[in-house]
Amino acid sequence: MADASAKQVLFEPIFSNNPIALQILGICSALAVTTSLNVTIVMCLAVIAVTGFSNLAVSLVRTQIPGSIRIIVQMTIIASLVIVVDQILKAYAYEISKQLSVFVGLIITNCIVMGRAEGFAMNNPPLLSFLDGIGNGLGYSVMLLFVAFFRELIGAGSLFGFALMPTVNEGGWYVPNGLLLLPPSAFFIIGLAIWGLRAWKPEQVEEPDFKMSRHTTKEAF
Amino acid sequence: MAKAKDTVSRTLMVALVLSIVFSVVVSTAAVMLRPAQIQNQNLDIKTNILSAAGMLEPGMSVEDIEESFAGFDVRLVDLETGEFVEPSTVGVEDPMKYDMYKAASDPDMSTNIPSSEDKAGIKRRPDVAKIYVLEEGGEMVRVVLPIHGYGLWSTLYGFVSLEGDLNTIEGLGFYAHAETPGLGGEVDNPRWKQQWVGKELYGEDKTEPQIQLVKGGVSGDARDKEHKVDALSGATLTSRGVEQLVNYWMGDRGFATFLQKLREGEV
Repeated sequence: MADASAKQVLFEPIFSNNPIALQILGICSALAVTTSLNVTIVMCLAVIAVTGFSNLAVSLVRTQIPGSIRIIVQMTIIASLVIVVDQILKAYAYEISKQLSVFVGLIITNCIVMGRAEGFAMNNPPLLSFLDGIGNGLGYSVMLLFVAFFRELIGAGSLFGFALMPTVNEGGWYVPNGLLLLPPSAFFIIGLAIWGLRAWKPEQVEEPDFKMSRHTTKEAF
Repeated sequence: MAKAKDTVSRTLMVALVLSIVFSVVVSTAAVMLRPAQIQNQNLDIKTNILSAAGMLEPGMSVEDIEESFAGFDVRLVDLETGEFVEPSTVGVEDPMKYDMYKAASDPDMSTNIPSSEDKAGIKRRPDVAKIYVLEEGGEMVRVVLPIHGYGLWSTLYGFVSLEGDLNTIEGLGFYAHAETPGLGGEVDNPRWKQQWVGKELYGEDKTEPQIQLVKGGVSGDARDKEHKVDALSGATLTSRGVEQLVNYWMGDRGFATFLQKLREGEV
C-alpha cells in the first residue's frame, strides 16, 4: 500500500474497494439516515469531512504517537472533529441537523473513520492519507445515495423532497411502500447493490469458508 | 515502532499535549458558533408556534418570522390556579427563557400525575406553562398552548392554537416526535393537520374536552362532527395518543381552569 498512487487511493474506494459493499463497514448509519436524499447528502458531506481530516491529522502525528495509546489518540482526534462538524451543522443547517439528530455524533463510532485512521493513515504520508479519507468518504456516499434514492422514491414518492409520484395521502395516486421508510429496507437495497457490484467485478467475490461435502450415507425412505 | 516514543513519560506527554490542543479546538468551535445556534433554536420555536397558529406562509424570511412573532405576548400560567404568574416565580426575567419541559423534571416545579389520570403518558406535569397570546386592538384573537404526550414510540411535542372564543381550534401541529415514518409520522402531513381547523374543543358545558379521533373519516352529517377528526390510517396507537394528549391538556389537569377564567375575564 505504501506505493499507492494518489489517484488510486482517491478512486479505488468508490467501486473497487467500497467501504460499505466490500469492507462491510459503516452499515449502521447507512440504515438510519437514508430515508430522504437531502438528509443523506448532508450526512455524506459530514462523513467525507471527518474521514479526510481525521486521516490527515492522524497521519501528521503518526510518528509521534506511542503504540500503547494509539487507538485512544485516534479516537480523540476523530471525536473532536465530529463535535466541530456537529456544531457547524447546528449553526448553519439547523433543520437538517435536527433530522440527523444523534447520527452526526455517531460518526465517531463509524467504523470507516476509525478503520482508515488505523489501517491507512498510521502508515502513510499526510497528503495521501487525506486523499484516502476523502476517497473512502466518497465510497460511503455513493452507497448511501444509492440506498436513499430508492428509499425516498419508493417509500415517499419523491426525490430531494419534490414529489414525483403524488401519494394517496396528498391526494395523488401512488400508494407508498412503507417498508422502504423503515431501516431494515436498507439491508435489502445494500444486499442487492453488493450483488450487482460483485456480478460486475467478480474479483470481489470471497472464497467460500467451507464446501459442502457429498452426501455419503444412504438414508431410508 | 521505535523504542524512544514508547516510554511512560513520552506517552503521558503526548496524551497531555493532544488533550490540550483538541480541547482548545472543540471549545473554540463551540463558543464561536453558540450565538448562531441559539438564534436557530429560537427561530425554530417561533416557526413552530406560527405554524400551529396558521400564520406561517411558505417562503417567509427570518425577518418576516420575527415580525409576525413579535405580535405574540409570551405569558406564564399556573395550571393549578389558572392564573397568570410573574416570570420571577419560576426564577427567570424573560418569560421566553422559561423551559417548561425542563421544569417538568424538577420536583420543586412540577407535580406527579397519578397513573389513573395520566392519559397523556407524561408522568410529571410542570406547575407553570408557557403560552403565547396574540392581541389585536385590545382584543385577544389567538392563544397558542403547548401540548405533549406519548404516542407509540415517542413523546410528541406540539402546539395547539385557539381562536378568541377559546374553544375553536385554529391549528395544531407537532414539532418533535419519532413516530413511524409514513404511518404515525403522518401527524406532520399538512392535509391531516388541516382537518383540525374549526373543530371545537368543548361541548355545551365548556369544561370537559370532547376531541375524538375516529376511523373511517368524518362525514358531513356525523354526530358531534365538530369534535371529531379522522384518525391516521395504520397508526391506531399514535392516533389514540394524540386524542388522549389533546384531551389531557385541554382538561382540568391542563389548561381548562385557565381557559375558563380567561373566558369569564377573571384573569
